[in-house]
Amino acid sequence: MSDMQTLHEGLTRGRYSAVELTRAHYSAIERRNPALNAVVLTTYDIALAAADACDKRLAAGCSLGPLDGIPMLLKDNICTQGVATGCCSRMLEGHLPLYDATAWQLLRSCGAVLLGKANMDEFAMGSTGETSSHGPARNPRAPKHSPGGSSSGSAAAVAAGLVPYSLGSDTGGSIRQPAAWCGVVGFKPGYASVSRWGLVAHASSLDQIGPITTCVADAALVYDAIAHPDDFDATCRGQCRPAHPALRLPLGPRRVGVIRQLWDAADSSLRPALDRALANFAGVGVDVVDIDLPTARHALLAYYIIACAEAASNLARYDGLRYGLRADTPTQSRSEGFGGEVKRRILLGNYLLGAEHYEEYYARAHNLRRQLSADFADAFAHCDALLAPAAPGSAPLLGEHKPTYLHDLCTAPASLAGLPAISVPCGVDAAGLPVGLQLIGPSRGEAALLNLAWHAESAFGQTPRMVTHYD
Amino acid sequence: MTKTIIAGLETHVELLTQSKIFCACANRFGGEPNSRCCPVCTGQPGALPRLNRQVVRHAVLAGLATGCTVNPLSHMDRKHYSYPDLPKGYQITQHKQPLCKNGHIDLDSGKRIRIARIHIEEDAGKSLHRNGVRYIDYNRAGVPLIELVSEPDFATADEVCEYLEKLQSLVRYLGISDGKMQEGSLRCDVNISLRGEDGLPGPRTEIKNLNSFGHIRRAMAHEAARQLALAQSGQSVAQETRRYDEKTGVTHAMRGKEAGHDYRYLREPNLPTIAISADDVETLRRQLPELPWQKSRRYIQVMGLPAKDAWNLARHRSIAEYFDAAALGMAEPRIVANLILGPLFSSLKAQEQRENFAPLTRPEQLRELAQMQANKKISAQQAREALGQMLSGGQPAAAFVQCAQAISPAELEALCRRAIADQCDAANDYRAGKKNALQAIIGAVMRQSAGRADARQAAQIIKDLLKT
Repeated sequence: MSDMQTLHEGLTRGRYSAVELTRAHYSAIERRNPALNAVVLTTYDIALAAADACDKRLAAGCSLGPLDGIPMLLKDNICTQGVATGCCSRMLEGHLPLYDATAWQLLRSCGAVLLGKANMDEFAMGSTGETSSHGPARNPRAPKHSPGGSSSGSAAAVAAGLVPYSLGSDTGGSIRQPAAWCGVVGFKPGYASVSRWGLVAHASSLDQIGPITTCVADAALVYDAIAHPDDFDATCRGQCRPAHPALRLPLGPRRVGVIRQLWDAADSSLRPALDRALANFAGVGVDVVDIDLPTARHALLAYYIIACAEAASNLARYDGLRYGLRADTPTQSRSEGFGGEVKRRILLGNYLLGAEHYEEYYARAHNLRRQLSADFADAFAHCDALLAPAAPGSAPLLGEHKPTYLHDLCTAPASLAGLPAISVPCGVDAAGLPVGLQLIGPSRGEAALLNLAWHAESAFGQTPRMVTHYD
Repeated sequence: MTKTIIAGLETHVELLTQSKIFCACANRFGGEPNSRCCPVCTGQPGALPRLNRQVVRHAVLAGLATGCTVNPLSHMDRKHYSYPDLPKGYQITQHKQPLCKNGHIDLDSGKRIRIARIHIEEDAGKSLHRNGVRYIDYNRAGVPLIELVSEPDFATADEVCEYLEKLQSLVRYLGISDGKMQEGSLRCDVNISLRGEDGLPGPRTEIKNLNSFGHIRRAMAHEAARQLALAQSGQSVAQETRRYDEKTGVTHAMRGKEAGHDYRYLREPNLPTIAISADDVETLRRQLPELPWQKSRRYIQVMGLPAKDAWNLARHRSIAEYFDAAALGMAEPRIVANLILGPLFSSLKAQEQRENFAPLTRPEQLRELAQMQANKKISAQQAREALGQMLSGGQPAAAFVQCAQAISPAELEALCRRAIADQCDAANDYRAGKKNALQAIIGAVMRQSAGRADARQAAQIIKDLLKT
């Protein structure tokens, strides 16, 4: 049984009340968060109210949905009305949104219990959690190491057993990579499946909200709850078909393609875990082949050009006049409110969009993106899913201050192509740090992808069940 | 050294839709500051735009009415610049692929003013200055606009004003805007340059803040003179944006506006491609009413009205439709036209009433009265007086006209002879060659007949009598 199913069972059978469950999780956060720094804001009152409502439903004899009464966290860039949503930036410190993000509204209507907001890289720009204005979260599997980014707290909290699931956001790998480094599951739905209304924008053509969980089954449950069309997001189509009911269907003949350009880029210390994962695939009757995706080699470059350009545009609104940090002038507000990495990307993005350089960089990145999507489509003509490492390396030490853009090497391609992709833990590297295998599916193929991922997870036999306080 | 003016127009028209262009906030004029805004139009973190399809409809109607090609696919772009009244730090507009292109408005002279493009975009908020503090009102942020960009086909301020008057008439006809320059629902920037010795246009300046036809005439005259003076003294004209100061009548360079500002255009990722099918276009085309210049042409060519009268009737849709109804089936529509342009218009105290034309007298009642005049049952003078009275109460003509009191030809001739005798000075002047003297004699006939006589008939009889 998955962690969420265990809790659901416990609630339904009356082993504990939702309020008791919430209290226990909150205490765990109080005890362990000081060392982990995964949670930047707790919302205990809101949580208790939601848990209480769940208990009343139970008392009235209602049957609970799979998310009802279950504690969770939201990444700090997902708007919660009247509750601080700061994107871990000084610019929005204490900012109280006027409205709720759609994804949060959907979860709340399922009875989700919000325990707090999770740490992240500032404005989702970073891959190690170190650009956060709250300081980085720590990797519960290796506390001196980075949990990854930008959904650093979302991944760390789930890996530490503080909550069974959290929502993160992924622009170039920000769900999949931290999930891999923390040894948990991170799922980025295909672009346009989940509404972005209320997700503070980083790069609008790339951003997606997705779940971080301890197992694939729970990721499917949360995904099904949030993947709906939304009038408030003109790009959102919702899901093609629900994933959870199809999760355990027998695999049948399947072929997976290993993207050579990304596979070969992985550190040698990751090889044993990755190769074992491939062998396990073959062991359950999946046909494993090599796939050549030459454009994948340049995807990271195209990703950063497009993401920086869109980010510079999306952050143009932060001038201190209507909300956020207000100094004497907009220029001063921005100088004081933004951290170094955010400033770097804004300057770079504006440079790239300038008339002088547009053709040389942005236009070409746009063309490469189109080509990459076409190449992916060709690959999916004869593969059900594509495989790559979730990251070329494992979690670095915190404070290394090395260039971090390369951490997105393996995740950027699926982001650019808007494809669904999931990271599943498949072992550890030579230093004992978690390694994740990334499975990429065709557009609108989330259900089949999660089905495959579930079988893969069983085959890998790696899913950790973190000891939690509710046992 | 005289130089000819080359001018082009960028006109912004605020559209009449229920909601703003990208959110559900009410699209209305006035109101308490910041009482009609939301996370979308104030650019809150995490907010997203969604396109109001009415805006597309209105823009396509404007395009079809001006003979534009409607692009089957178009999209929105972000135009970046920093200004307090621009909440997102960019305006969502159409740069690369506008909705409509290659249309025109023809002037009465037959000259064609080409419209390069019509596109949709959002308006910015408004700044208010009070006691040295600047306040920003976001009620206007997100109000839908169409921008019509003309080619530099204008040579005079008259042409510019005629084009704008026709455009104003059009958008009101289509019901897509109330086109009021004073209220800012129709705004115009003029780009003006002088043709150089080599025949090519010189550097052009853009003039902003033109809120009336008067401002436009004065600003263009001033700017042309300024550029000419610079050219004559050997200096060059800077390509820049200048603001018209209505108090002094001069233009000033705007501080902080450099030529060639880089807007870093980026295709708007949050809004899908706008697709308009051929069927959509045809459906909209069928919704076009008879356009003001089409009506005007029909009044001139089919009904024989003079051009000025034709335009005065056609200009406002409510008047034109009233006229069309009243003149229906009449052999002499001129009679109806004159009654409307004369006594009816005089009875309208304010310009407002012409635009929202709704007299108490129904078109059929006017037609009935006009028929009486046409059948010579009453004179033109009697018809005018009767109409004046009908308008206040909305009653039919019969209440005010005593048809039996029409004058017989014999009576009329007798009145004319008597008037000639009474007005012997005028009669002598007329015989001596002063044609105007006739009026005094006609006037006497009209007075004697208490207005029952027909002035034209009387004039003819008097002339014949004076020949002998």
